[in-house]
Amino acid sequence: MNRLDTLFQEKKANILNIYFTAGYPQLQDTTTLLTLLEETGVDIVEIGMPFSDPLADGETIQGSSQKALENGMTLSVLFEQLRDVRQKISIPIILMGYLNPVLQYGMEAFCKQCKAVGVDAVILPDMPLAVYETMYAPLFQQYGLANIFLITPQTSEKRIRTIDKLSKGFIYMVSSASTTGAKEGFGEEQEAYFQRIQAMNLQNPCLIGFGIANQASFLKACQYAAGAIIGSAFIKAIGQEAPLEEAVKQFVAQVRPQSQLTS
Amino acid sequence: MQYTVNEKGYYGKFGGAYIPEMLYPNVEELERRYLEIMGSKSFQQAFHQLLKDYVGRPSPLYFAKRLSEKYQTQIYLKREDLNHTGAHKINNTIGQILLAKHLGKQRIIAETGAGQHGVATATVCALMGMPCIIYMGKVDIERQKPNVERMKLLGAEVRPALSGSQTLKDATNEAIRDWINHPTDTHYIIGSVVGPHPYPDMVARFQSVISEEMKRQLQEEIGRDYPDYLIACVGGGSNAAGAFYHYLDNPKVQLIAVEAGGKGVASGKSAATSILGKEGIIHGSMTLLMQTEDGQIVEPYSISAGLDYPGVGPIHAHLFDTKRAIFHAITDDEAMQAGVLLSRTEGIIPAIETAHAFAYLEKFTPQPEEVVVINLSGRGDKDLATYIQWQAEKATH
Ligand SMILES: Cc1ncc(COP(=O)(O)O)c(C=O)c1O
Repeated sequence: MNRLDTLFQEKKANILNIYFTAGYPQLQDTTTLLTLLEETGVDIVEIGMPFSDPLADGETIQGSSQKALENGMTLSVLFEQLRDVRQKISIPIILMGYLNPVLQYGMEAFCKQCKAVGVDAVILPDMPLAVYETMYAPLFQQYGLANIFLITPQTSEKRIRTIDKLSKGFIYMVSSASTTGAKEGFGEEQEAYFQRIQAMNLQNPCLIGFGIANQASFLKACQYAAGAIIGSAFIKAIGQEAPLEEAVKQFVAQVRPQSQLTS
Repeated sequence: MQYTVNEKGYYGKFGGAYIPEMLYPNVEELERRYLEIMGSKSFQQAFHQLLKDYVGRPSPLYFAKRLSEKYQTQIYLKREDLNHTGAHKINNTIGQILLAKHLGKQRIIAETGAGQHGVATATVCALMGMPCIIYMGKVDIERQKPNVERMKLLGAEVRPALSGSQTLKDATNEAIRDWINHPTDTHYIIGSVVGPHPYPDMVARFQSVISEEMKRQLQEEIGRDYPDYLIACVGGGSNAAGAFYHYLDNPKVQLIAVEAGGKGVASGKSAATSILGKEGIIHGSMTLLMQTEDGQIVEPYSISAGLDYPGVGPIHAHLFDTKRAIFHAITDDEAMQAGVLLSRTEGIIPAIETAHAFAYLEKFTPQPEEVVVINLSGRGDKDLATYIQWQAEKATH
């Protein structure tokens, strides 16, 4: 069984999913970050595969992607770094990125490598649903990979139902119409959207992402969904002077209340 | 063989809409409504009225006598340079602003490289009283100053794109990000036959007025409605798509697409996308693009900011793939020489983008009685500084 399914079976709330860009701040930080994140009690990690032209990302992730590429990060390097990752790390790992680098690597080779190193799911925001369904769904199935879809406040109910049917793992609920890191916190409009989705009783759990930067927004998201995804705020935190270990521990401690750790 | 878009939004294997979910509603709305709106009587009437009275269409088809003598053939120029704002770009912006109004949009965004599309967008926004934000790479802002000033004078806000290489591709990224952040009230006026479906088809249809007129004009001039050769420069490919459009299914017409070779196709400083590109995704479209082995988009180079784009519209990827059109790369120097030659033989200073198309006259030998049409996509006023600098550099070498 996929590690994601196991997680969601055992844990229904307060799931913390942290995103970082592979190869940032330093090329070799990938496994260090994975270890630190697991140690601090993070439930899922999303590893960003850097792309030169990340359309859906704001300044922070654009910056980390550019730096990672300058550092020499590529898909081949990343898979090499992840080769023995499952000897140390047991939380679910998701790869997130744009379709073009994956296509150049080769979709089948990519899926095969994901399985080989122990990646559980993939998020490719610019892969159209129809393209996934007609061309790649069988490959994902063959290699035991979940394809995570996004929904936004503008996604129609009908489309959400379709996505729910096609989804495995969880649904990525984008909190507002925005690029990553553009807005912080939630307004009334967003809470109404969260309630609307909650009331749909989807078969897949939802994680809320975009705009979550601190404990207040994390807890708010956890009220309406199984948990939340943090990206830009974490990238900012590890891009500072402080040593990685300190930065990660401090960040996670700030976001997640002590009370949740013992539960 | 079908050269126009199919019902799924593809040209052969190229095209489609490879967009994140955040853009889905905007693009879906356009896709659902563009044909119906564009086909409506009221739209057609408003569009053609503005093209006639505001843009100054039809643009003349001019027999270039001295140029024809020089090259020993029959050369006609489709004078898009005489359009209001100086290039073909306005055909598209007039169409899209009308469409935006039909869709009830209140805010317009656009990207620009050379500034021609930015000026054409700022112009139609002024005409319709709509707020206008133009994204332009910081590097391009510096090399196309007069157009930046024109946009500002027209009331547009010019926002520098500071990400990546700070040129056209980054301006396009920024415009798309803006659209993601404004999903309901904003229309994005893309400047070429690029981007997710339905943009490539929509822009090609607006620009197809070029070949629609050309057919009529050739019929009158030479007694048949097609040329033997039809040459256009290709950045994203909108002027070429418009010039080719009504000839796509006429095999008697040899279509020639001229790309920017920069300092030479093998020099590492080039924008010859069809030759240097590989299949992949840029700005929401499956097409040919310049990229590394790892699928990172490569920064192109050309002396002309309007051809300095690492991708090409999916229709052109398809024309290249099916060999329906010849693709040829022209270097900076060849283009500049051709621009100077046209200035001195016909008294027409072309945009440097357009000068690339003229340089192709050196690359083939049509028969004396054969008819060559060159799409004169724009005028060179914006490029005076580059012409002057190039000539000064040549003089010192
Ligand atoms: C005069 C002129 N011609 C050609 C182009 C290239 O664009 P396209 O290939 O879309 O016609 C530009 C772009 O700025 C231009 O200004």
